[in-house]
Amino acid sequence: MEFLAYLVSGISLGSVYAIIALGYTMVYGIAKMLNFAHGDVIMIGGYISYIAAVNLGLPTLVAVVCAMAVCTVLGVVIEGLAYRPLRSAPSLAVLITAIGVSYFLQNSALLIWGANPKSYTPVVEGTLKLFGGQLSISNVSILTVAACIVIMIGLTLFTSKTKMGKAMRACSEDKGAAQLMGINVNRTISLTFAIGSALAAIAGALLCSFSPALMPTTGSMPGIKAFTAAVFGGIGSIPGAFLGGILLGIIESLARGYISTQLSNSIVFAVLIIILLVRPAGLLGKYVPEKV
Amino acid sequence: MLLEVENLNVYYGAIHALKGISFQVEEGEIVTLIGANGAGKTTSLDTISGLLRSRTGDIRFMGESIAHTAPHQIVEKQLAHVPEGRRIFLQMTVEENLDMGAFTRPKSEVDASLEQVFALFPRLKERRRQIGGTLSGGEQQMLAMGRALMSKPKLMMLDEPSMGLAPILVEQVFDIIKSLHKAGTTILLVEQNAQMALTIADRAYVLENGQITLTGTGSELIHSEQVQKAYLGG
Repeated sequence: MEFLAYLVSGISLGSVYAIIALGYTMVYGIAKMLNFAHGDVIMIGGYISYIAAVNLGLPTLVAVVCAMAVCTVLGVVIEGLAYRPLRSAPSLAVLITAIGVSYFLQNSALLIWGANPKSYTPVVEGTLKLFGGQLSISNVSILTVAACIVIMIGLTLFTSKTKMGKAMRACSEDKGAAQLMGINVNRTISLTFAIGSALAAIAGALLCSFSPALMPTTGSMPGIKAFTAAVFGGIGSIPGAFLGGILLGIIESLARGYISTQLSNSIVFAVLIIILLVRPAGLLGKYVPEKV
Repeated sequence: MLLEVENLNVYYGAIHALKGISFQVEEGEIVTLIGANGAGKTTSLDTISGLLRSRTGDIRFMGESIAHTAPHQIVEKQLAHVPEGRRIFLQMTVEENLDMGAFTRPKSEVDASLEQVFALFPRLKERRRQIGGTLSGGEQQMLAMGRALMSKPKLMMLDEPSMGLAPILVEQVFDIIKSLHKAGTTILLVEQNAQMALTIADRAYVLENGQITLTGTGSELIHSEQVQKAYLGG
């Protein structure tokens, strides 16, 4: 029963990672850049939903929608101001800019909301008790897993069935050729950032329900872990990000439960290194050799 | 005049790739640019489709300047470019590739265009659900041409469509170009295979080191001593 409890908490934590990882992987897949500020967009999403729910007393769902709206705009503005001018710059310049944006967001949050952690109440209350009370699953866990599955399926359908979704895949493969099809590459990248940031806002609200202390650095660690999850599953792959996120959550939860709380992060990253040694493209990533 | 290119000067950093190039394509023509590797053929096409920018001069398509128009808007004006190396979307299916070609078209017209392309390239119809990367080189070239056709171009620019293909496939590709032309598409063809290109071309321009050094009708150039020596191994 203990194992089952760890497994359940791993899956629900993993679902948060997966939602963040989906944003990472979308942006990487289309813009071919690692948006290290993604984790901080999660933090902003957390603050906005906190303000909306606690300070303004709005219903939870409305608060999350507010956070999504703010983060979508934020993501599009970040892309337009910081990344778009560097479209043809070396990838290292873009990476450093992303780290700069990350610090900018953290310090802005510090300035606006201060360093003291805000205690966040879960987006939904209550628990589900199974096996006569031996296994309890919080409703927020159930909601998280459900949200993650819905988002994953939604994104898969979007990229495989819709015109804009297919245009995203075309941009991901060859931006020059995509332009020659009449696809507006800048607009497509903006849309990707909008989707990724909206997901980050959802993740922000859910994340704060798991660890209720909201601080300007709240997004960093989950951001890095979700990035790891995206690489683990195969960066650029939507089902890969989902699988990577869930597995990462399970490994972390089991390591924390059976081995050591302090070592859990080290174990997570050690497993990642081993997997990447065996499968350099990640679990579901496709290693596509260049055709010369 | 369908396409007028006037005094293009294009640079890659310090390299002066096009040195004041001007040429025209009239409606209904097949015009070819021939020349050696690095002469500026691909650069010319990339500049017309907006992927590269010229520092001087102008490009007019149907009388309207497109020198500062974004590439995706140039496609909307019905000027299609089949790039060098085909550049089909290798991870997308044949049908998805063709869908992307029709990105600028209203949904209601796409099915009819798809049928036209399938009629011209029955092979693509057989393989419509196959992933682009699994096609042979010849099929990929067909797909690249079919994809460009989906945008219903008035002018189709083809960059080295015969590159890397077996002789029998080269013939097939040229047959298709002729039938596209017959169906009313104007063609601007860039080729290293000067013999084939000059045979089907109404007019031709010879590019050398970023400059046009010779121009004339296809048959004039095929018999010109200079061209024979430099490009036809005569």
